[in-house]
Amino acid sequence: MTRRELFEHRQKRRSIMIAATSTILVLVAVIVFVPMTPGWEKVQKSFFNGAVLAKTFPRLIEAFKLNIMIFLWSAPLIAILGLLVALARDAKSPALFPLRILSTAFTDVFRGVPVILTVYLIGFGIPGLGLPRPWNSPYIWGSLALILTYSAYVAEIFRAGIDSVHPSQRSAALSLGLSERQVMRDVVLPQAVRNVVPSQMNMLIALQKDVSLLSFIGPVEIFRQAGVFKSLLANFTPYVGAAIIFLVVTIPATRYADYLLARQSRERS
Amino acid sequence: MAKLELRNVVKRFGDVVVCNGINLDVEEGQMVCLIGASGAGKSTLLRCINLLEPTEDGGIFLDGTDIAVPGLDPQAARKKIGMVFQNFNLFPHMTALENAMLAPRRVYKKSRSELETDVASLFTRFGLADRMQNYPDQLSGGQQQRVAIIRALAMRPDVMLFDEITSALDPQLVGEVLDVLLQLKQQGMTMVLATHEMQFARQAADKICFLKDGQIIEEGPPEQLFNAPKHVATKEFLSRALK
Ligand SMILES: Nc1ncnc2c1ncn2[C@@H]1O[C@H](COP(=O)(O)OP(=O)(O)O)[C@@H](O)[C@H]1O
Ligand SMILES: [Mg+2]
Repeated sequence: MTRRELFEHRQKRRSIMIAATSTILVLVAVIVFVPMTPGWEKVQKSFFNGAVLAKTFPRLIEAFKLNIMIFLWSAPLIAILGLLVALARDAKSPALFPLRILSTAFTDVFRGVPVILTVYLIGFGIPGLGLPRPWNSPYIWGSLALILTYSAYVAEIFRAGIDSVHPSQRSAALSLGLSERQVMRDVVLPQAVRNVVPSQMNMLIALQKDVSLLSFIGPVEIFRQAGVFKSLLANFTPYVGAAIIFLVVTIPATRYADYLLARQSRERS
Repeated sequence: MAKLELRNVVKRFGDVVVCNGINLDVEEGQMVCLIGASGAGKSTLLRCINLLEPTEDGGIFLDGTDIAVPGLDPQAARKKIGMVFQNFNLFPHMTALENAMLAPRRVYKKSRSELETDVASLFTRFGLADRMQNYPDQLSGGQQQRVAIIRALAMRPDVMLFDEITSALDPQLVGEVLDVLLQLKQQGMTMVLATHEMQFARQAADKICFLKDGQIIEEGPPEQLFNAPKHVATKEFLSRALK
């Protein structure tokens, strides 16, 4: 081992020791002091009740499948609509002017309204028109609310990605005789999309959570199911169970998005 | 009639006049070098010729046809005029071969298989046959710049424009790129270069144009311009550049 390696080795052991000690101290404090609080026993019974968790967990997972389904059909539509809106906002041809106005209004409106409001307005409003089955389904209109809202955000991210491609790439492509459309499709977009993958991953994670907002207009997804159990058993543990199920999905996804982002900034430097 | 003729070309950025009435004739097979201090307008002039920048006034004639008429589709002219940039500007998400095949595939609607032998022969000619499948970030600066030249040549242009194509390269890589230019000259390519490589310009160019403040102050064959410059500004620039 070189002098430097020896030094770094010692340094590393030292920091691991310090980190471990402080973590143990915090854990001990939590384990010892939290149960000493006057309300702990009650909180434990109603939030961290093992028996209730065991009983409700399978049904919660069952309900979570609905979240996944709604997510799975919404996500691709969001990607497509988001990309179309991003392209429409930057359209140059005068014939497409109305489209540009429309897409600008679209992103302004759906980014400006709380998601839950959009879900309410579309999810209750459109079925209220008295449409025949299956067109009165809250699944369809609830999903549409999510698709519209998220497309607005996703479009803005795509636009930032398009802007992030250096103008010299456009120059080079144009100088070869490619048309504006070909330049966008073959040169700018592939790079733009690649640049925004980490940001779009974060949008997917947010969407995965926001699917639960549909519970307010009907679909019995995991949050609603947990609520049913809460009323039935007079116990909050099912909510904790639902939170655990979300975390099992979102934590790895978040880690992965962070990893992609870190890798990208490494590649840039 | 020269291959490429510039007549009183004017280009402004806002109030700043960057090309102030440029006249230039480039004969078929000639190599013309634009020299001048940075900011003189060399890059802008090349970009105007390729219609990457719209010109305010004047005509740019390719084989006698004005290609800079406002409202004219620039694509038709760009097909015939290749351009190579200081920073290569290769497409990073494509291999060297894909970089070179993209434009002919899209513009001439040819298939990959139709193009492959033709484009591969360009790579072979410029010593990059074993690098065709590499991505730009796997190539040295000199190799990237040669790929950029091949990419422009794959469109079979009549005229090639080069904007300080060796300025971003390490000194030991400059030679391999300049060699490509000599090869092209031998094959009779019509070329306009903006360059700081004075020795190269002196040896290889048919005509040198000295630019200052958006105007061609002096032009002539290299012997004349380098050995007996007429204008004070040319003398000053050359004495600094050749030091
Ligand atoms: N896109 C632009 N917008 C405004 N000014 C520009 C632009 N491009 C170039 N210029 C200006 O035009 C002048 C000539 O620049 P350039 O053609 O790059 O010179 P050269 O290539 O000879 O160094 C400079 O003063 C530069 O600042
Ligand atoms: Mg320049």
